[in-house]
Amino acid sequence: MLEGILVEGLIYGIMALGVFITFRILDFPDLSVDGTFPMGAAIMASGITSGLPPMVALLIAFIGGYIAGMVTAIIHNRLKVPSLLAGILTMTMLWSVNIRILGNKANLPLLRVETMLSRYLDGWGSLLPREWSLLVYFLIVALLIKFLLDYFFKTDLGLTMGAMGQNEQMIIAQGINPRTLKILGVGLSNGLVATSGAFAAQYQGFADVNLGQGIVVTGLAMVMMGEFLLKSNKIGWLTLRVIIGAILYKAIMYFGRFYGYYINLTPNDLRLITGLLIIGALAFTKLKGSPKWKGKLSSTFKSFSKTGGTQ
Amino acid sequence: MIGLNDIEMVFGQGTSDENHVLNNLSLKINKGDFITIIGSNGAGKSTLFNVISGKYSPSFGQVFFNGADVTPFAEYKRAKWVGRIFQDPLLGTAGNMSLEHNMVITHKKGFKGLRVSLNRENREFFKKELVQLDMNLENRLKDNVGNLSGGQRQALTLLMTVLSRPELLLLDEHTAALDPKNASKVLELTDKFISQYKLTAMMVTHNMQQAIDYGNRLLMLDGGEVIFDVSGEMKKNLTVEALVKKFHEIRKTSFKSDEALLT
Ligand SMILES: Nc1ncnc2c1ncn2[C@@H]1O[C@H](COP(=O)(O)OP(=O)(O)O)[C@@H](O)[C@H]1O
Ligand SMILES: [Mg+2]
Repeated sequence: MLEGILVEGLIYGIMALGVFITFRILDFPDLSVDGTFPMGAAIMASGITSGLPPMVALLIAFIGGYIAGMVTAIIHNRLKVPSLLAGILTMTMLWSVNIRILGNKANLPLLRVETMLSRYLDGWGSLLPREWSLLVYFLIVALLIKFLLDYFFKTDLGLTMGAMGQNEQMIIAQGINPRTLKILGVGLSNGLVATSGAFAAQYQGFADVNLGQGIVVTGLAMVMMGEFLLKSNKIGWLTLRVIIGAILYKAIMYFGRFYGYYINLTPNDLRLITGLLIIGALAFTKLKGSPKWKGKLSSTFKSFSKTGGTQ
Repeated sequence: MIGLNDIEMVFGQGTSDENHVLNNLSLKINKGDFITIIGSNGAGKSTLFNVISGKYSPSFGQVFFNGADVTPFAEYKRAKWVGRIFQDPLLGTAGNMSLEHNMVITHKKGFKGLRVSLNRENREFFKKELVQLDMNLENRLKDNVGNLSGGQRQALTLLMTVLSRPELLLLDEHTAALDPKNASKVLELTDKFISQYKLTAMMVTHNMQQAIDYGNRLLMLDGGEVIFDVSGEMKKNLTVEALVKKFHEIRKTSFKSDEALLT
């Protein structure tokens, strides 16, 4: 059970890293994710069932997601529509595209085909119990992606992207077209999301066109949960807390799914819970930021310690 | 040399609140000019800078840089020659980033690749440059820029802007949001950098004495027109009183001509 939560957290953590890039670094709230996640799954599934080597299918999934992200940024740049609308357009169009990729079907099972995971589990992975060796596998994959991202955001280009999210005027002043940076950044984000989808399809054993429904909100919840745990602005910590947030989120959903029936929760309520988690996180950060609340908090603590002292 | 040719800037053209902000404005800016600009609120000073920097494209007229017509060029393209500093110190830097990362981004203009150019050599270079500000920033390379005071932040923006040696430096009331002590510090640095690197600069200020004390040329802008352009000895001998008198004199004549037009 624990291994399962960790594995799912790591797989979806890759998606959350993509969401983190758009929402937190580029300041480009992007909803294409709901389309690029199943797109990654679809490319992976149809790629390997038609005989492509799994690594090649994974690469194509990444590139496909990247291009879809670029499309969103280009719609935003050229037509000057808000990023949210551009994302919704891409997401909507991708639904049809994904069905095409799946061969005019809504889903594609991966039961008797060789995937990256089945290969690994038959080889090195057979040294450990299945769930544990999957954990090792995804730990390596997620950390590899995390460290690559950390490196990228320390390069001159990565730093420039980070600055653009905070201050577009500063980037223009450097003679750099912010539109180009948006295209590259939103592309990268969706490339990661599609990669995550490609792994999810292999892990679950199928790709489904509806795999992505509400995934952007899930990703956002993961990002925000991580922000609760750790305060920092060092990129290494920022990406780490996204992954930890993803695992935490999966743990909460797991308990909701398996123990929720004690309080009459069904799996159908999990989306409501996700939304409430985000609203709670938003409300908390808002309250914490307001000076009124700060005063109240500290005076509450003071009165606590006072009564504690006199007793 | 930078030239403005018959610039018109009209906002809301064809609507009921059509607003002619710049009217037939022509101007030659010579290499090495340090021009101070005064004019009442809404005179069109910031709009003039927006037209030069390419943020707005003029409704009519052309902008020339060294003889080339750059009117169709986007702001980010012209930024290779133009450095601009705003009144708001937050606009020049990224607050959630360290000083050294800010300087990596700004020390060279143009698109950045996948290199990591922050190394010891670069850090030493940044430190050496920061010493000029005399604000102890050379020892705070790893600090977030958001932790600096407004004055420090504006001084840093100034340094980062002049590091790339722009052909034209536009300063839009860049000391107006600072306390008096920091304002005069940043102003002194500005003057120092402009003469040290022989920059061509235009500086908007609300302070007439400053406009007289700094630079070699003074422009008075009103109603989107340059109503007074003075340089050399004549500018040096100006006083605030004389400037105010001049302003009223010109205004009155334009008043008279308006009346003449109406009758
Ligand atoms: N983007 C804009 N859209 C409409 N009107 C504008 C715009 N920018 C400036 N204006 C108008 O232009 C006039 C001059 O503004 P501005 O150049 O900022 O004056 P100054 O900097 O001299 O105080 C003002 O009436 C202002 O409302
Ligand atoms: Mg102004």
